[in-house]
Amino acid sequence: MQSVANAEAAIVADFEWFETWAEKYQYIIELGQKLPAMDGVFQTDDYKIKGCQSSVWLHCKIENGLLFFEADSDSTFVKGLVSLLIQVLNGRPADEILGATLTFIDAIGLRQHLAQTRANGLASMIKQIKTYALAYSSQVQ
Amino acid sequence: MNHPNTQNEFDVAAIRNHFPILQTSVYNLPLVYFDNAATTQKPQAVIDAITNYYSKYNANIHRGVHYLSQIASQAYDDVRIKTQKFLGAAQASEIVFVRGTTEAVNLVAATYGRQQLKAGDEILISHMEHHSNIVPWQILAQQTGAVLKVIPINKNGELDMQAFYVLCTAKTKIVSVTYVSNALGTINPVKEIIDNAHKQGAVVLIDGAQAVSHFDLDVQELNCDFFACSAHKMLGPTGIGVLYGKHHLLTQMPPYMGGGDMIQSVSFNGTTYNEVPYKFEAGTPHIEGVIAWGAALDYWQTINRAQAMQHEQSLLNYCTNQLQQIKRVKIIGTAANKCSVCSFVIEGVSNFDAGMFLDTMGIAVRTGQHCTEPLMDALGVKGTIRASFFFYNTIAEVDKLIAAVKKCIDVLAK
Repeated sequence: MQSVANAEAAIVADFEWFETWAEKYQYIIELGQKLPAMDGVFQTDDYKIKGCQSSVWLHCKIENGLLFFEADSDSTFVKGLVSLLIQVLNGRPADEILGATLTFIDAIGLRQHLAQTRANGLASMIKQIKTYALAYSSQVQ
Repeated sequence: MNHPNTQNEFDVAAIRNHFPILQTSVYNLPLVYFDNAATTQKPQAVIDAITNYYSKYNANIHRGVHYLSQIASQAYDDVRIKTQKFLGAAQASEIVFVRGTTEAVNLVAATYGRQQLKAGDEILISHMEHHSNIVPWQILAQQTGAVLKVIPINKNGELDMQAFYVLCTAKTKIVSVTYVSNALGTINPVKEIIDNAHKQGAVVLIDGAQAVSHFDLDVQELNCDFFACSAHKMLGPTGIGVLYGKHHLLTQMPPYMGGGDMIQSVSFNGTTYNEVPYKFEAGTPHIEGVIAWGAALDYWQTINRAQAMQHEQSLLNYCTNQLQQIKRVKIIGTAANKCSVCSFVIEGVSNFDAGMFLDTMGIAVRTGQHCTEPLMDALGVKGTIRASFFFYNTIAEVDKLIAAVKKCIDVLAK
């Protein structure tokens, strides 16, 4: 499996094709549309991420010490953002997830459009993913 | 529907030239600014007033005997008189400068409210209030044991006035309602509310944040006891707003904050307070903000308001009509009496996605709950997409919005 840094670099390379914000938006929407639907049993308040304008649910399952995420949202754009995070962080051990700096978000120019973190919930999603990783790593230690 | 031909009467193109930001582009597209209910753009005259103040007569006010302080104090005090005239207050001393509508409501709740209310008294608000006209009263209710009552709304987003008459009783001590709903644009029958509340012995605060920039009003004619508004929603800068209060009420109210300028004399044996309105303006005020607000009021005088109102109404009616023709679009808030706000939802598209999509096309709207969570719950929506207009917007801009909404549905609808 490629490193976190390489996975991030691959996303940055994908985004280099796009010149305008509209193109990037369209691409993120396509990623969101392609993200597999989440199992409905996890679409409950227990899995809901607080602090987002849109409803976002995130579930984590652990297989052989690796963390796998699935997520859903009423916003296709937010699903696209989740899809990017999953591309980078899915199927990794907790320590790699906790160490990920996720610099790709700045590199692809998303930060300037997502300044309103409360609205899009990107920061909350990252925090929740890292919370899962932290909980698991302290459990196994 | 044909394009309404209002531009001939009302020279929008000339007016737009007064607003530098309206000449700018976002993502290489001309900016279409439909988030005026959140804040309006500023004319050059307002921007110049800020620069002028800092370039030519920056000084602290009401304290210095020196030349600059005299000029700045005079400029500051002149704006109080301009604001008095603008709102139709009887005296300039009834105008208190605050940070904005939110602070004005909090001030009344924390002073008049804490002084006058006791356990079992009732505060009456409505279901369509902005959070800033809900939470201060909840805090007051917790502090005093008073009870918060809420006027319900009907499915069109209008106040249920029959319910109001039942809810407004001799127990009601404060009624606080919005003149115009920030989320729906509904214009409420505040005169009727004020008259009836007075019969019951209650005082009335009108949240005028969304009203002042869209039609003329007169606080003496309304006979409200308090009136709150924000400069930035009417051409002025952020961080400055107005609380109007009837003189005898302001006089009997205790101070809100302690500090400089609000006192007459201070000793450790006791402090005497300055007279109104200075009693409520502790500390160095937002001098530049007040002066720029004055420039906004001057600019306001140059606008033919009857034509401006008619133009805004044309924008609202045209936008509503066009949106209603799009399958999947539903207008939220269909009150008979509305101004400047068109809220809607798109079936199969989240409000957030739609807002982001419109942004990529250079169109600024607001999405979400608009700080009116109880209202959204009552209407059974998670939030809306809100286009809000001001007199500098054009029919051509509405056409861009309509085209963008159609495209948004093509790309996003599930």
